[in-house]
Amino acid sequence: MTGANAGNDTERQGSGEVEIDPVTGQPTTGHVWDGIRELNRPLPRWWVWTFYATIAFAVVYMVLYPAIPLVRGATSGVLGYSTRASVEDALTAARAAQSERLDQVAAMPLARIQTDTELNRFAVVGGRSAFLVNCVPCHGSGAAGSKGYPNLNDDDWLWGGTLDAIQTTIAHGIRFDADPDTRLSQMPAFGADGILDRRQIQEVAEYVYSLSGREADPVLASPGQQIFADNCAACHGDTGEGNHDLGAPSLRDPIWLYGDDRAAIEAQVTNPTHGVMPAWGDRLDDVVIKELALYVYSLGGGEAATD
Amino acid sequence: MNVPVTQDKAAPVEAFDVEAVNRRTRQKLYQARVKVFPKRTWGTFRNLKWAVMAVTLAIYWITPWLRWDRGPFAPDQAVLVDLANRRFYFFFIEIWPQEFFYVAGLLIMAGLGLFLITSVAGRVWCGYTCPQTVWTDLFIWVERLIEGDRNARMKLDKAPWGVEKIAKRVAVHAVWLVIAVSTGGAWIFYFADAPSLFVNLFTLQAPPIAYITVGVLTATTYTFAGFMREQVCTYMCPWPRIQGAMLDEDSLLVTYNGWRGEPRSRHQKKAAAEGLDIGDCVDCNACVVVCPMGIDIRDGNQLECITCALCIDACNAVMDKLDRPRGLISYSTLRGHNANAAEAERAGRATATAHQRTVGVSHIARPRTLLYFGLWSLVGLVMLGALVTRDRLDINVIPDRNPLYVTLSDGSIRNGYAVKILNMTGEPRQFEVALDGLPGAAMWEAGSTEDSATRAIAVDVDADRLREVKVFVSQPSAAVEPGLTGFAFTVRDLAGSESGRADADFYAPGG
Repeated sequence: MTGANAGNDTERQGSGEVEIDPVTGQPTTGHVWDGIRELNRPLPRWWVWTFYATIAFAVVYMVLYPAIPLVRGATSGVLGYSTRASVEDALTAARAAQSERLDQVAAMPLARIQTDTELNRFAVVGGRSAFLVNCVPCHGSGAAGSKGYPNLNDDDWLWGGTLDAIQTTIAHGIRFDADPDTRLSQMPAFGADGILDRRQIQEVAEYVYSLSGREADPVLASPGQQIFADNCAACHGDTGEGNHDLGAPSLRDPIWLYGDDRAAIEAQVTNPTHGVMPAWGDRLDDVVIKELALYVYSLGGGEAATD
Repeated sequence: MNVPVTQDKAAPVEAFDVEAVNRRTRQKLYQARVKVFPKRTWGTFRNLKWAVMAVTLAIYWITPWLRWDRGPFAPDQAVLVDLANRRFYFFFIEIWPQEFFYVAGLLIMAGLGLFLITSVAGRVWCGYTCPQTVWTDLFIWVERLIEGDRNARMKLDKAPWGVEKIAKRVAVHAVWLVIAVSTGGAWIFYFADAPSLFVNLFTLQAPPIAYITVGVLTATTYTFAGFMREQVCTYMCPWPRIQGAMLDEDSLLVTYNGWRGEPRSRHQKKAAAEGLDIGDCVDCNACVVVCPMGIDIRDGNQLECITCALCIDACNAVMDKLDRPRGLISYSTLRGHNANAAEAERAGRATATAHQRTVGVSHIARPRTLLYFGLWSLVGLVMLGALVTRDRLDINVIPDRNPLYVTLSDGSIRNGYAVKILNMTGEPRQFEVALDGLPGAAMWEAGSTEDSATRAIAVDVDADRLREVKVFVSQPSAAVEPGLTGFAFTVRDLAGSESGRADADFYAPGG
């Protein structure tokens, strides 16, 4: 194609004449593609004027707006427009638009916010966006958690599921050394520290296994009950119902943080894993933490305040 | 070009020395537009066009001001496109966004109706009702009122700028702008409460988009009707290209009956005296000077012809003066034209002229028109049926997908759903949302606790509103079946008879 084209160009230049297409009587450009000659037709008038208009627009635009890149930055333009400043303005405006409600959230106690349908919806939506930014890496985008990271949708709480308990947990974290008010508890490593021997651990694990209503081997479970009463009931309660003050999980329900089979229970008794959650009090402001608490509560498992 | 030339001294007809500016052979590349100065006509079709103009403009300007009482919870504007609240009101009909197919159906009907009317009567849409035609006609009327008829306008156009020309041009453009602004202004009243927007518009309280819309439509009206005129039809509009496929030999066209007119002659009496066989056309060009599209209908059917039929009026007036039967240019089908031509060939021009019909409709019912009419009626009936039987209560259910299910401490399984209830009536209603299926399960609204779980909850929905209720459904572990279990949410108007139902799935582990 290129060859034919080039050859044709040479011919045309050589002869210096404009070829006329015999069928239409129109002059041709001299370009030939696969034997088809291109007619030399003028551009439509509207197209030409639109083209000139775009050039005029470009010139005006370059004067008014940042346009020509220089070594440091670009020309600033007569209008002094900046996308950064524009975003900043938009954010300021958004903050100003929300400020009234944000002030209300800051001033009102959580329980009162919850009774105000409008304000609660506002706070929950804000909490959800804060959750997506800060909490999702551990708790998951649906707050369903995973092994070692609690599911926040259910009604099983380690440190309490009332609004205030949730707020405290978020603000001060769990086993987070940098915060003096952090929630702290430690389960002894019954196996690793030699408090219980291997057989005893098997027995107590079998008993714990049976607590959530599952069939267990009575030969192991019966002695396990005594071991439980001696070693575990102090924190987990006599019937294994757990204790929110100590972050001791209930052992009677089907919800297990580190797995529900015998091996997982034995592993936890032998050398327990302790979850750590950072304190968000010094990273997020109080309003956001309140919004987060309301959001987590709204997932469906929140507990009513007991007082 | 414009000087009237007299032919035979006795001829009562004024002939115009004019060539159709948009004749195909005159169109050169890079040639700037040649202005068209249509001359005023009088006659049946001109009157019809005045009437259509009055009616269409009246509909456009008056409609937003009509009121229609819908009670305290809905606007009282008869025709309102409420974009902010996603509602469309048309007298007794209210359309929600998901019912937009009614509008789509109307557009399909409009399309099929256009096909039907075009295949029967040609481009009547273009010639009589198209906004481009109506507003151009209105603008030409203004022009004619201030500057005078064709000759005066052409003279003024050629004249150097002086006091008179400036005064007349300023007056014309001022009136054009007033019409253009009120055209753009009327449009926005369809989208908001007209009386209050009218006040806001003048007190500068209206939203910017209102002013922008008025500005844009003012600009388009002013340029399209004032300056571009026939170019819009010829170069911008797709319909002239499409309509070729709608026309056939039985479609009405504005037709120059060449069998009767040719050979044309400006020297009728001389020719008659010499015994020459000449046609009725005296070549006075009256049909050319009145044409708003700048064509000569005697060249045959052309893309530019919008069939406004003004040339028929002009020619009929000439035929009346010449004491010849009307209809040298007439509405005629190709079939009718050919039949007449054949008769003229066979029995002579005089006989054929005597037998000619003024409006040559034939074969209206033919496969093409029957098909268009059938489809048009079908769509119309389906829409009507759907409209009459449509529900004013609807329920949609969206299950939570993350997490799919939650295991609760007592072993029961909980699913979350967003239940959307649409109360599409003009009054607030109370509904009962209930579970159908899923044994043992109960639900509660998010915000309350599981203790309040029941099989049915009452939900208040405001008038003409959608309410989304987040509900949790939980089933005791003993009743839970692994995997997916189908059930349904039902909704019932507690005070009326309407009800609805939405299928849903309950997710449980396993399965």
